[in-house]
Amino acid sequence: MLSLYGTEISSRLLLGTALYPSPAILGDAVKASRTEIVTVSLRREAAGGRTGEKFWSLIQSLGVRVLPNTAGCHSVKEAVTTAKMAREVFSTNWIKLEVIGNHDTLQPDVFGLVEAARILAADGFQVFPYTTDDLVVAERLLEAGCKILMPWCAPIGSARGPQNVEALRSLRGHFPDTPLIVDAGIGRPSHAAAVMELGFDAVLLNTAVAKAGDPIGMATAFAKAIEAGRAAFLAGMLEPRDMAVPSTPLIGKAVFS
Amino acid sequence: MKLVINGEVQEVAADTLAALMAELDYAGNWLATARNGEVVPVAERQLCRLADGDHIEILSPMKGG
Repeated sequence: MLSLYGTEISSRLLLGTALYPSPAILGDAVKASRTEIVTVSLRREAAGGRTGEKFWSLIQSLGVRVLPNTAGCHSVKEAVTTAKMAREVFSTNWIKLEVIGNHDTLQPDVFGLVEAARILAADGFQVFPYTTDDLVVAERLLEAGCKILMPWCAPIGSARGPQNVEALRSLRGHFPDTPLIVDAGIGRPSHAAAVMELGFDAVLLNTAVAKAGDPIGMATAFAKAIEAGRAAFLAGMLEPRDMAVPSTPLIGKAVFS
Repeated sequence: MKLVINGEVQEVAADTLAALMAELDYAGNWLATARNGEVVPVAERQLCRLADGDHIEILSPMKGG
């Protein structure tokens, strides 16, 4: 079991709810993934509109926890206000904190992120910060009151997979007791398995499932890959070797000459 | 008075946030509101008096990653 701010979670896959071909496919993909946590957002509602109500009813019918995000926020003030509005609507202290610093890469503004995390943690929020793989930023986020870290492994939606394995390994090594969730950049199940094999606690992804040819099939594939990666980490893996090592015993081998 | 509601200038009669939401047919407990960048909780909408030029945000749940 994985404990996130005291909440015990069985599934190590957190799933985003955007970009699916239809609400029905979103619902089926969530079920197929066996996720217990989905990310959601807040957007302007038109006068007399019921868009939000329909979406919220669907999510509530799935029986999962929600992790609201502050996606699209580029300043501390925007992110903090959005987080407070999310707490109103979703009745949770959880917040996936995003403070975006760059339009092209959607790279977090880590300075604003730390500042916003400090404000929100002091206000009772349980912050899930979307951050880079920078070790010192991670330390600052923990000092600011975060008990979980969510480093990217590649830019959001890029599907590139782990770009800096050594940095991820370093985070895992430095923070053995902090839940670490890779958020963003995962493109395929093997990427998810790879970061789970490094000892990461969970994976958060969206586009790789939502934009797959068959999102429901892909949700199943990710669930299996994440389980496999976790089991492999726990079982202890062989380290790579420079030379071949025979697997079949040589003792007792017949000699023909 | 004129307000900026979700980024658009509108002429309204309401003088509280609760009245404004009724006037514009916003209903439901899934909406979050802010006035001039400050969150206004549901319980405070009745008391939240509006002034000409206020910026109002009315948000609802949306898909997200």
